[in-house]
Amino acid sequence: MPPTSDEIFAKVRDVLVDALAVDDDQVAPEATIVGDLGAESIDFLDMTYKLEKLFGVEIQRSELFPDDILTNAVFVKDGVLTADGIAELRKRMPFADLSRFESEPQIHNLGNLLTVSNLCRLIENKLAAARP
Amino acid sequence: MRWYWLDRFLEFTSGRRAVAIKNVTLGEESLDDYYPGFPVLPPSLIVEGLAQAGGLLVGELSQFRERVVLAKINRVVFFRPVFPGDRLTYSADMLDCNPQGAIVQGQAAVDGDPVADMELVFAHLDDRFPRELFGPDELREFVDKFRLYDVARDEEGNRIPFPAYLRRA
Repeated sequence: MPPTSDEIFAKVRDVLVDALAVDDDQVAPEATIVGDLGAESIDFLDMTYKLEKLFGVEIQRSELFPDDILTNAVFVKDGVLTADGIAELRKRMPFADLSRFESEPQIHNLGNLLTVSNLCRLIENKLAAARP
Repeated sequence: MRWYWLDRFLEFTSGRRAVAIKNVTLGEESLDDYYPGFPVLPPSLIVEGLAQAGGLLVGELSQFRERVVLAKINRVVFFRPVFPGDRLTYSADMLDCNPQGAIVQGQAAVDGDPVADMELVFAHLDDRFPRELFGPDELREFVDKFRLYDVARDEEGNRIPFPAYLRRA
């Protein structure tokens, strides 16, 4: 039996509480990993490791933290993500809801893209893809 | 004062595990003031010792070309104080390593008696931090003094040669 969405959320929450030293109740589905929960780049290493072990999936850092997009002149112009940049982001983070970001696509808002529920959806997608 | 918080490596398996010892003596200034009248090794220096052992375990994978720093202590538990005359054994086991950094599980014990247990996260510094951390002379001094290459082996048990670029000119 694959884990239910609630079970995935509970496990993701435990990982975030452990890796980011936040309280259970701060880890709401809509909370952003960087903005609300205070994750720094090194925390992604730790979170990714724990999620991979727990769920038996592989997560690339670039799936969670597409920082290479930020340094690519094709995708960024004057601190704003171009249409190509947004298209690339959508490809990389299909689990994320970009609608809010698209209205203000400044790169400093990019850190606030990944939410707890995005992370859960990413895991769900990976678990589903791994099933025969 | 020298910032060496281990004395010697006993075991070093590249990318996997390092075991080092540290002898604690009353001659060390850091024991004087932590609890005046009750000389113990400050627990933070046990973390430092394991961070040095673990950091060298991480750094060796790139022949010390990557700049490795302790970025985060995920968890640390101390079980008992460490007194002058104690010999600490530090064991550092690599849990994960990738281009961003590494996670190391560390244990400290005296005569098999657990002293501390911790999980350390190391970062590989990227171009945002352009400064050199250690030059070849300093790196050579670390690995020589800790006798790392006396015991360093790869996973098949073959000896690992001293990195050519660190040899004295």
